[in-house]
Amino acid sequence: MSKTLFDKVWDSHVVRKIEDGPDVFFIDRHFIHEVTSPVAFVGLKSRGIGVMYPEKTFATADHNTPTWNQHLPVADPLSANQLEALANNAAEYGISHWGLGHRNNGIVHIVGPENGITLPGSTIVCGDSHTSTHGAFGAIAFGIGTSEVEMVLSTQCIMQPKPKKMRINVNGKLGFGVTPKDVALYIISKQTTSGATGYFVEYAGDVFENMSMEGRMTVCNLSIEMGARGGMIAPDEKTFEYIKGRKHTPKGADWDKAMAYWETLYTEEDAEFDAEFNYDAADIEPMITYGTNPGMGLGVTHSIPNAEDVEGNVNTYKKSLGYMKFNEGDSMIGKPVDYVFLGSCTNGRIEDFRAFCSIVEGRKKADNITAWLVPGSHKVVDQIKAEGLDKILEAAGFVLREPGCSACLAMNDDKVPAGKLAVSTSNRNFEGRQGPGSRTLLASPLVAAATAVEGVVTDPRTLLELV
Amino acid sequence: MAYDKFEVLTSTAYPLPIENVDTDQIIPARFLKATERKGFGDNFFRDWRYDSEGNPIADFPLNDSKYEGSKILVGGKNFGSGSSREHAAWSVYDFGLRCVISSAFADIFKNNCLNIGVLPVQVSAAFAQKLFDAIEADPKTEIKVDLPNQTVTLLATGESESFEINGYKKGNMLNGFDDIDYLQNMKEEIASFGETRPF
Ligand code: SF4
Repeated sequence: MSKTLFDKVWDSHVVRKIEDGPDVFFIDRHFIHEVTSPVAFVGLKSRGIGVMYPEKTFATADHNTPTWNQHLPVADPLSANQLEALANNAAEYGISHWGLGHRNNGIVHIVGPENGITLPGSTIVCGDSHTSTHGAFGAIAFGIGTSEVEMVLSTQCIMQPKPKKMRINVNGKLGFGVTPKDVALYIISKQTTSGATGYFVEYAGDVFENMSMEGRMTVCNLSIEMGARGGMIAPDEKTFEYIKGRKHTPKGADWDKAMAYWETLYTEEDAEFDAEFNYDAADIEPMITYGTNPGMGLGVTHSIPNAEDVEGNVNTYKKSLGYMKFNEGDSMIGKPVDYVFLGSCTNGRIEDFRAFCSIVEGRKKADNITAWLVPGSHKVVDQIKAEGLDKILEAAGFVLREPGCSACLAMNDDKVPAGKLAVSTSNRNFEGRQGPGSRTLLASPLVAAATAVEGVVTDPRTLLELV
Repeated sequence: MAYDKFEVLTSTAYPLPIENVDTDQIIPARFLKATERKGFGDNFFRDWRYDSEGNPIADFPLNDSKYEGSKILVGGKNFGSGSSREHAAWSVYDFGLRCVISSAFADIFKNNCLNIGVLPVQVSAAFAQKLFDAIEADPKTEIKVDLPNQTVTLLATGESESFEINGYKKGNMLNGFDDIDYLQNMKEEIASFGETRPF
C-alpha cells in the first residue's frame, strides 16, 4: 500500500505492536525543560531506574525564566528551585544542559532546530504541546505528559496508538501582508479548536512549499491548537539547506547517508488520508482572534460574529465574549490595546523580528502600549544585532528583552495585568493564559507591530508599502 | 506512579457544561512550579473556583456543597484542550476525582489521565446532555461507571451507554499498572531496535 510521509516515519519507529493497544514507539530526540521534567526524575529515583540513552535527551531552561537581568540569581524561590532541579538532574544522568545564560539557551522549540538536533524523519517528543513545531522538518514531533517523559528517559519509548492522518492543502498566492501565522490562524478558525483531534496533519501545497523554514515552524507549531497531535511538512531543499552544518547535524559520509534516507520522505501519490481539506490562499487575510480559544479568529477587518452564527454552545460563546469584555458585532480594528508581545516558540525567530521591524522602522511606539519583545534564543538575539534590527527597535522606542517563554504562559514576571488587553504573537488566548484576568488577541508579528505603533488594533496593510 | 485500581465506580457528579475547557483553566501555569507531585488538587480550576482575593466563588459547581464528595466530573465537549501538562490530570486526581465524562476529549489530556489512573469516558453528545439534565434535576443523582463492561449508567433511569477503551489500557486501569512497568520488561528488545536507528 502506498505510504504517506507520516506512515513512513511512524512505521519505522515501531518497536512492538500490541494487539488492541498502543504501539511501542521509539524516540530519537527528547527535549526536557524545568517545568515538566522534575517529577519524571523523582519517578526514576523512586523506581530505582536510570536513563537509557542520556545522549538522546537535551535539557534547556525556558518556561520559568526571567527575561530581564538573567545574570542575576533568579528571584522567585520556586522558579529557582525548578531550574536547579533541571541542572542537577541533567548533571546526575549525563544529559546535556543549556541553562540560563548558556550560549545555546532559549525556548526549547527554537534551540532544537538551531542546533541541528531536529532532523527529518526523526521522532521528537517533549513535555510541551508545541513540540509539533519540529514537524516543519519532516519529523514526527509531539507533546507528551510527565509520565511519558519518565518513559522516554528510562526506555527511550512511549506507548501510543497511531493517530489518524489528515492532509491540509493550501494553494495559491498569499495576499500582501499575509504571513505564516495568518495561514495557521485561518486554518484553525476553519477547523475549530477540536477539529483535528485524533489526527496527525500533513501540510501540503505551494503555500507551504514557498514558505521559509521559520514560517513552516510557525505553522506546525500551531497544529496542536486545532486539536491535532502534530503537523508535518515533507522535507525539501530548503530543509536540507537549513540544517546543513549545524552543531548536531550529521557530517561527511553520515550526511550523505542521511540525505539518501531523507529524500525518500514524501507522501506517495496515491497514498490515502483519513481526512483531507483544501483551502485557497487568496481567501486568507491578516488574522486576529477575539475570543478565548485559538479557533475564535477572523480577518482583522471583520467584526465579531453573532452567537447564532457560530457553531457550538451559545453559553460557552457568551461566556468567552464576556471574559474578553467584547460584544457581538464589535469591529476589531480600532480596539484600544495595552500590551504587545512579540515572542514565543510560535513567533520568536529572526523572521518575526524582521517583520516587526518592517513596520516600526521610522515610526514610534504608541504611548499607551507596553511592549515586550522577547527573542526565542541567544542566536536570535545575535542575528537581530548582526542585522541592525536592534537599532531600528531602539529608535522606535522599543526595548529588547532576554530569551525565554515570557508572556506566552506567564510563569515568570512577564504577566499581563488583570483586565488589560494584549496583542500577542504567541499561541494561546485562553482565559488568564498571559496572567490572571488578562485578555489576549493572537496575531502575526505584522499585526502586533502595527498595533504597537498605533495603540489600537490596526490592519498592517495600511502601514506597509506595497512592494 | 502507582495508583488505585479502577473497576466499578458509582458516584454523584460535578457538572461543568462548558465547551473547550482548557488545561490553563484546569491548572493555571503559575501553579506548575513544584518539583514534586504534591498539592495540585488545591489549585484545580483555581481561577474559576476563587476570585482575585482568594474567596471561593459559591456558585461554581466545584465549590457547591450539593455536589461535594463526587468522584466524577461531567464536562462539556473538547475537555482538556491545550497544554501537555500532566499537572492537569494530577489536579483531577488529587482533587479526589477518578473519572471525567465528556462527549469529546483533547488527545494529550486523555492520554495523561489514562497514565495516572483517571478514567476518561467518552459518551455521545446526547448522553452527555442526559447526564447534565439529570444532575440539574437532582444533584444527588448517581452515575455508575463500569470499566470491566465498559458501560456508563444513569442509575435513576437505568439509561446506559457503552464506551471505548483499548484492551491494553483497560488492563492497566483494572490492575493499577502503568506503561513504565510494561516498557521496563522489554528493554532488551528496545536496545536492539535502538542499534538500528541511524541518528
Ligand atoms: S513559548 Fe509558550 S508554547 Fe512555546 S514552549 Fe514556551 S510556554 Fe510552551
